Formats: sequence, structure tokens, C-alpha cells
Amino acid sequence: MKPGSQPTRRTVLKTATAGAALGTLGFPGLLRAQAASIKIGVLHPVSGIFSYSGTQSRAGALMAIEEINAAGGIKSLGGAKLEPLLADAQSKPDVGAAEVERLNEAGVAAIVGPYASAIAIATTQAAARHNLPHVVDVGTADQVVTRGLTNTFRFSPGVSTIVNFGIDSLVRINDAAGKPAKTVFIVHEESAFGTNTAKVLNEELPKQGFQVLETVKHANPTRDFSNIVLRIQAAKPDLLIPANYYDEYVLLTRTLQQQRVAVKGVYSILGGGASSYKFVKEFPDAAAYVMDCNHWFDPRKAAALALKAKTEKQGLFFSYEVFLNYNAVMYLADALERAKSVEHDALNASLASSTWDKHILPYGPTKFVNGQNTGARPAITQVLDRDIKVIYPNEFSSGNVVFPVPPRKT
Amino acid sequence: MLEPSILLPAAINGLTMGAVYALIALGLTLIYGVLHIINFAHGSLLMAALYGVFFLYKLLGVDPYAAMAVLVPAGFVAGYALQRSVIGAIKPGRDQNVLLITLGVSIVLDNLAVYFFSGDTQTIDTRYSLEMVNLGVALVSLPRLIGLGAALVFTAALWLLISSTDLGRAIRAVAKEPHGARLVGIDVDHIFAMSFGIGTACLGAAACLLLPMFYVSPHVGQVFVLIAFTVVVLGGMGSFTGALIGGLLIGVTESLGGLIFGESAGQLAIFLIFIAVLLFRPTGLFGSRLS
Repeated sequence: MKPGSQPTRRTVLKTATAGAALGTLGFPGLLRAQAASIKIGVLHPVSGIFSYSGTQSRAGALMAIEEINAAGGIKSLGGAKLEPLLADAQSKPDVGAAEVERLNEAGVAAIVGPYASAIAIATTQAAARHNLPHVVDVGTADQVVTRGLTNTFRFSPGVSTIVNFGIDSLVRINDAAGKPAKTVFIVHEESAFGTNTAKVLNEELPKQGFQVLETVKHANPTRDFSNIVLRIQAAKPDLLIPANYYDEYVLLTRTLQQQRVAVKGVYSILGGGASSYKFVKEFPDAAAYVMDCNHWFDPRKAAALALKAKTEKQGLFFSYEVFLNYNAVMYLADALERAKSVEHDALNASLASSTWDKHILPYGPTKFVNGQNTGARPAITQVLDRDIKVIYPNEFSSGNVVFPVPPRKT
Repeated sequence: MLEPSILLPAAINGLTMGAVYALIALGLTLIYGVLHIINFAHGSLLMAALYGVFFLYKLLGVDPYAAMAVLVPAGFVAGYALQRSVIGAIKPGRDQNVLLITLGVSIVLDNLAVYFFSGDTQTIDTRYSLEMVNLGVALVSLPRLIGLGAALVFTAALWLLISSTDLGRAIRAVAKEPHGARLVGIDVDHIFAMSFGIGTACLGAAACLLLPMFYVSPHVGQVFVLIAFTVVVLGGMGSFTGALIGGLLIGVTESLGGLIFGESAGQLAIFLIFIAVLLFRPTGLFGSRLS
């Protein structure tokens, strides 16, 4: 039957007869008893200051659930479909914790979310009271997985891993280029993420032969970066390292472009905009050659590119929130498949023993230690030819690093 | 760090940023001066105006400065209608009721923006967004210089409106003694709504001047509204001159404070000034209403 055409009496009869035959002969289980669905709490900050990231995160999780259900659900549980129960943490830890209670009352088998570290610390604690499995999608703060909670699992890397990887990669990139960068200027936002990142950078970079000229902390939000850029101009660093959120990242890099600041490279650690297709699309000149150590996908995997295309088809940017949440749900689905149960103990044990390797990320072998996937790691990206390319690790790279960067056009 | 080559450009940056604060505070101070309303919806109305500028540019290609021809009248109509149909209609009673109404309007507007526009940050890239003007002692961004000039022009225009027109005289009469104004035949409810409308029209103009150098998101109002309240209190509630001088002073304090004490701690300087003014000159620098 063509789409949009009306069914005739004959086609209805044919379908009914075929259905009856299947029910009695071929697929008795399928038509007689549909397996109960498995409720999954999809908890993100879809309103409040993190609403953009929360919305992106929710989209990624729902795309995974849709794919799993379309592929037959959880087969070891009779093809049970995943049923997302949506929750909004409103960008507040206390609301996130209250939503965990609501989801637990509703009988969810597990929770996926909640994007921000501060919210994750509250929601994992709340879920732990019920031994409710909680897969943390992003929440990079180390405390998320260092409190001995046996219900908490993070497939993606934490901030310490990311910063150390970022420093190690920077040294390699600089060495390979003949060590053009000797001095560094750090600009970071004032919350735990930026402050901790700057602290580690200040401790580790001098050991690697870099001189940190200045470290400037700024508020969230910052309305104007002109003065910070004046200080960068006066200090004349070889390398600028920003660690801040998207809005401030864009303002900073645009002010750099406006004031025609010449540095040999901009190398971000978890840069808010550096690994953002939105930033690259809207401000290609400001974004050109920016390097970033961040969550990223494996550009060699067809599944990753298919998900990117699917995301863009929905009118969304393929941001790390999307693919990390997609991945978190897939990891949970694999654990459900192996646990053959939705009981909390069984599912927690299955999540903890996971060696799942069908992800779309540039990670090493999956192995969980105290709730953290030790195979997780970030990638180094660079904006090249108005696209975001992986430049390190080499085995995942899709572009060749350009460093030092060519002088900015005036 | 404290060399003149940095201090002077930093002070000029502060002045230009302060002009933006002043523009946003102008409407707030007018609304307070006449209606005695602390308008918590001011930031959200600014956000709505910024979205207006954004969509005019993105969908119709209207230049942000040209968009003033649309946004200023639209802001006036929206403000007039809001006062007549929502705030004025529910106002009778205690002042706290009005605070809650404006807070409610703010929450509704913010969440409508999240619903319709998502939480995403939006920016525009005009041909002059990155233009710089060489003032000899410093390179200054062109949109910021335009903002500074516009703040001076708008303050003068509002001052002229209030001091030299019949509408201005009526606004001053209502601000000073609403019951007396009603007795001499002034339509007080209309003047209240006109004042709210003019205050919101100022936000329309501020949004047109702000978007070429900033971004818009559903929560962008919060970035400016606290500063705008500080400017109004510093300058004297209800004073246009106070809003202008207060805005410039806050801008320079923020800029130089950030340079000397660190960008993050520099924000504290603003609120130290705020506390000092409350302690030693509670009526603000230009304390009389609608001066």
C-alpha cells in the first residue's frame, strides 16, 4: 500500500488473516503477550542556565532509546521496550535530587543523566539511597565517582583524566613542532571546573618546560573580555589556554579576533566553544585553528557519522552532550541485556562488570573501577577547513595538526 | 599591568560598557520614578527585545541599528499593554503584590523563550561587529562607541521629553502626587502606562545597540538586570542623569577593578560601591526623582 492511500476491504482482510495465522502458528509470543516495558529515568536540566546542554542531552538519550526499541528492545527480557520517563533538574542540584525520588517512585530501572557535575553529585547520592543504578552521562567532576557509591557509573572521562591527557598531548604537539611554545597565558572561569583545571595546569606545565605568564579568572557570566585581551596583548604569550563555558568562550575568542591578538596557538581544555559545530559555523574566522581537549567521537566509525547525520537532520548540532548521552543509554541497554533482569543489584553488577565495546568514542578497552570507565579518554580536536578534526590520538585522527598557526588575516 | 598603555584603554572600555548599563537602566529608573515599581521583569523584557533584534536580522536581514525603528515602538506598545492589562489591572493592594507580578511576568517570559527558542545562545555577525576605531590612546570597538553616543543621546532625549513637553509635565505630576494629578484631570492610569511603555521602549533601543556586541539567550536578562538595579540605586532612583553617570561609573569601576583586583574579584568593587551609596547617600548621587 502506498503511503497516504486508504486501505481497501481486501487489504484489511488480507492483513487480518495473516495476523491471525502468525498469532497461532509463527510468533505466538509476539502477538499474545507483549513484554512489559522497562522504565528509564532520563534526567537533565532542560530549563534554567544549562537548558541548552540539557535539551541536547535529552535528544541524544531519546535517539538511543528509539534505536534500541526499533531493533527489538532488550531481547533477553522478551524484547521489552525501553520507556523513557523524562525529568527536568531545572539546572539545580536539589531539584535533580527530588526528581530522582519521583523517578524511583515511578519504578524506573535506572537513571541516565544529569549533565552537570554539581547536579550529578546530588542525583547519584539520592539514587544511592535506593541502590538505583545511575549512569552519569557527562558530569566530569572527580567527586562524582570517588565517594564509593556502588550505584554510580560514568562511561566518559573525568576532569583529572582530561586535564592530564590535555597536558600530555600539548607537550607532544609542541615537541613535534620543534617546541615553538614556551610561554602560556591561562584564562579560566571561576567555578570548580575552571579553577581546578587552572590549578592542575599551573602545577604541571612548569614541569614540562612551559612558563605560565599569567592566570586570569573570570566570572560567569562575563559581559566583556576587552581587559583580559589587553592583558594577553601585553603579556605576549606563545600559547593561550582558555577553560570556560560556551558563551564566555565565544566572547573571548571574538574579542581576540577583534583586537587582532597574535598567538602561536589557542589550546583549550574542555573549551566551551572549541569543539562546537555551532561556533565553527557561526564564527569560522574566530574558530580557525583553535585546538581543544574535549569529549569527542571516533570519526572513523560509521555509526558515529550516522548518528551525526541523524542529529543534524533533526536540526540539532552534534555536540558532545548528544553523543555522550546516546552512548550512556547504549551502555545501559547492554547491561540490561546481560543482567537479564531489572533488579537493582543485578543491573548494578552488570554495569560494573561491563566490557562493552560497541561505542562510538575514541576510548580504550572498557573496564570499570569504582564506577569509572578506565578506558575513557578525551581527544584533541582542531578547527581546520571550517570543520572539527581529531588531531590526536593519532589512531583516531582525521586531520593533521597545524601548529604554530598561520598569522591571522587583518 | 598598571601601565598607562593598559589603564587608559581599560578605562575607555569601562566607559563604553557603562553606557550599555546606562541604556538598560534608563527605562528601569523611569518606571520606578513614576510608578514606584521595582520592575523585576526588566531583564526578561530586555531578553525579549534582543530576540526581536535577532529574528529581524536573521529572518528579514534588518540591520540591528535600523531595527530600532521597529523595536522602539514595539517596546512601547508592549510596555503600555503590559501595564494596562496586567500590572495595572492587578496592582491595587500592597507593593509586594506588584513585585510578585513583575517577578511572575519575568518567569513566564523566560520560560516561554526556552520553550520557543530553546536554551541555545544566539549571536549575529554584522559587517561592523569586529570594526575598531583608533582613538590614538586606544583601539575601541565601533559598536561600543555607537552605544556610548546613543546613551548620551537617549538620556538627553528623555530629559527633554520629561522637562519640556506636556506629557513630561504630566509624568512629573503623576510621579510627585498621583492623587493631585488625578484631581486636575490627568488620566493617571494612562500616564502610568505611558511611563511603562517609554521605559520598555528604552529597552528596545538598548537591545538594538547591544546585540552587535553580545549574545541573546533566554537567561541573558539576568546578565544585566542586577547591574541595572545597581546603576539605578547609585544614580538615584528616578533620575536619568543619575542613570547615565551611575552606568558610566559602574562600567569604569568594573573595568579598572577587574584589572587591579582580578577580573572575578573586580565584580565585587561594583557591589562595594552599591553598599557605600546605601550607607552614606541612600537617595543616590542624583537623588531627586525625574531630575
